[in-house]
Amino acid sequence: MSSLILRTAIRYLFPIIVLFSIFLLLRGHDEPGGGFIGGLLGATAFALFAIGYSVETSRRMLRFELHQLMGFGLLMATLSGVVGLILGEPFLSSAWIEIPIPGRPEPFKLATYLFFDIGVYLVVLSITLMIVYALAEE
Amino acid sequence: MNWLIISPILLPLVLACIMLLLWRHPVWQRWTALGGMVALVGCGAGLFGVVYVHGVQSEQLAGYGAPFGITFVADLFSSIMVLASAILGTAVTVYSMTNIENRRESFGYYPLLHLLLLGVCGAFLTGDVFNLFVFFEIMLMASFVLLTLGGERGQMEGAIKYVTLNLISSAIFLAAVGILYGMTGTLNMADLSNQVVWIAENRPEELPLLTILAMMFLIAFGVKAAMFPLFFWLPASYHTPPPAVSAIFAALLTKVGVYSMARFFTLIFTHDVGTTHMIILVLAGFGMICGVLGAAAQNEFRRILAFHSVSQIGYMLMGIGLIVMLAHRDDEIAHHAVQMGLAGTIIFVVHHLFVKPNLFLVSGVVERIGGTGELKKLGGFYKTEPLLAIMFLISALSLAGIPPLSGFWAKYILVLAGLQLEQYFIVFIALLTGLLTLYSMVKIWAAAFWTDVPDDSPVHNAAHMAHAKHGIRRMIYPIAVIAVIIVLFGVFAGPIFDVAMEAAAQMLDPSAYIEAVQFEEFSPTLGRGEEADS
Amino acid sequence: MELILAIVIGALYAAGLYLMMRRNLVKLIIGLVLLSQAANLLIFTAAGLRSPNAPLIPPGEKYPVGDFADPLPQALILTAIVIGFGVIAFTLVLFHRAYQSTGTDDLDQMKATDT
Repeated sequence: MSSLILRTAIRYLFPIIVLFSIFLLLRGHDEPGGGFIGGLLGATAFALFAIGYSVETSRRMLRFELHQLMGFGLLMATLSGVVGLILGEPFLSSAWIEIPIPGRPEPFKLATYLFFDIGVYLVVLSITLMIVYALAEE
Repeated sequence: MNWLIISPILLPLVLACIMLLLWRHPVWQRWTALGGMVALVGCGAGLFGVVYVHGVQSEQLAGYGAPFGITFVADLFSSIMVLASAILGTAVTVYSMTNIENRRESFGYYPLLHLLLLGVCGAFLTGDVFNLFVFFEIMLMASFVLLTLGGERGQMEGAIKYVTLNLISSAIFLAAVGILYGMTGTLNMADLSNQVVWIAENRPEELPLLTILAMMFLIAFGVKAAMFPLFFWLPASYHTPPPAVSAIFAALLTKVGVYSMARFFTLIFTHDVGTTHMIILVLAGFGMICGVLGAAAQNEFRRILAFHSVSQIGYMLMGIGLIVMLAHRDDEIAHHAVQMGLAGTIIFVVHHLFVKPNLFLVSGVVERIGGTGELKKLGGFYKTEPLLAIMFLISALSLAGIPPLSGFWAKYILVLAGLQLEQYFIVFIALLTGLLTLYSMVKIWAAAFWTDVPDDSPVHNAAHMAHAKHGIRRMIYPIAVIAVIIVLFGVFAGPIFDVAMEAAAQMLDPSAYIEAVQFEEFSPTLGRGEEADS
Repeated sequence: MELILAIVIGALYAAGLYLMMRRNLVKLIIGLVLLSQAANLLIFTAAGLRSPNAPLIPPGEKYPVGDFADPLPQALILTAIVIGFGVIAFTLVLFHRAYQSTGTDDLDQMKATDT
């Protein structure tokens, strides 16, 4: 499909969609959102490129090999659970460190759950794109 | 100790991720996969040792107590299954290095193998019904891709049947899980066991509904286990992928179904053994006969082996079905015989987990050298490959139940239990099936090994032979190792029987299983819990 | 409400099973989708339809207080939907490839591996 309107629109939509997907990912820490929905949304941004231009363009935009991205995400999510195991807690137990931020009364809590969510984001993104590419590559 | 229960799940997961990162380097993936499998054997052996010495172990993920958190429980049966799966996984990994072509290797064969092991080990160790569903799905997804890897026409056609029937079974499983939760308010297996006892005591009018639920689970697991009459996906698909994949499928997929059935119908659905287990026993009998007759009609090496699995599943279910006699007899002999029947099931599952894959592995070597799996076009392997012929004979005779090999003891124990319980008809079918099994095995032996080499066989082609023989050692060694295991299994039948009896005792008396699970002290007043207190 | 949902679930199962018994690959996959949705709705209904408070823990408490909704069925359905999404997507690709390699979408033509 080579529609001029779609192609032009994608250029402006792409950064907005990706940013919004990352926003959803980070928001999911305490509020509705999360890695799964963020990853799906992120995948649509790249899927739009596959529709408007070609699968090849979309792959180049992504820069990473999909399988490696999936492996990285899955590894990240798994290892975020192993942290609890190393600290003597059961597997998947949450652990966090508090990073003081100057000028703000509350410290920033960096939790393993964040890395779990980022891992989920990457896995969902890459699997969705794998399916889209497989169906679009004809 | 905590990490030991999780390790059979964590290890394949982490290694699958690492292999995905090594996507462009299939050769590195090979050795990572092999290392991971060997480590998995270590974890399985460690887990078995701990459970054997200290009894049932359990673990709550993230520290949330049962019945709210995710529970993992390792009793003797599950740790035996994990250990056996890991040993077989190692053998198949070595075999795959030659058997799986480069184009399949580079599409993620080894990561998928580990994901399959992850699903299988997870299903063995989980103590939660919904997690069982999740691990089933992980296993199925990995098996779907393994089955279609390569994309040949036959593979696609077989995969459509396999995928469709398994998805239907998953939908039934899911529906049953939903209704079970609606009835009992819990999905933790140990808690479910308590709840079913509570329903039987306080609300006997709900018991028929529970029996219907049991039948839904029976169908869901029956499709996965290839139980009669739900087995049609198995003979349609098992012979299509490369032999290494056939072997790992034959070893693990149906066993997970049988394991789940054994777990559910000893731990949870024991309220009406007279009905539920009688159905299992009858289906087991039909499965034995149907599978062995279906195999006798086939004329291709792997098709015979695939159809044959159906009859072997019948034997495994026989031990579970024999529990039916507890509804009619309550004496010492009956209890001992039922325990022995269940031990027979456990021994048969482990025996089949090694023997059937080994036959598939042999078929892979035969197909590689002979160029085809059709028995008419094969021949002369006894002369050209005497060592292979002997290893085939060990596995085939073990499958048929010739003493002193593993299959003989497995069938002997089942038959003995059946005789003590006076279930003569199923015993007769079991013995008849054993005889017919021998016929199928002799058919393969006579056609592929005993006759002369056919004139048009590619064996006469020097170039083909040079290609076929390249790297063949990596296919022979795993077969030899499993053959040795089969022989040792028969030699040490005594100690193995003792362990299996202990595992069966653990399953028949679920109190150890329930006590091992760490329950949360607080119990919120939801649904059934409220009424239980008042 | 239970009655309406029960009828909807029944209709979904009926439609799904009817479509699966057709010979067409596309109808087969639509049937599978309907079947998994019916199962999800069944969990939702079987777990009980009530409208109490959200299962949130008030500040200072360790457990939710009062009459609170059961969060587990929703977690189950969410997981089942995600798994169903992955499985159906794979099945779609598989059926597409099967259509390409066999050149037909008629299930009756795919008998090469039958026994």
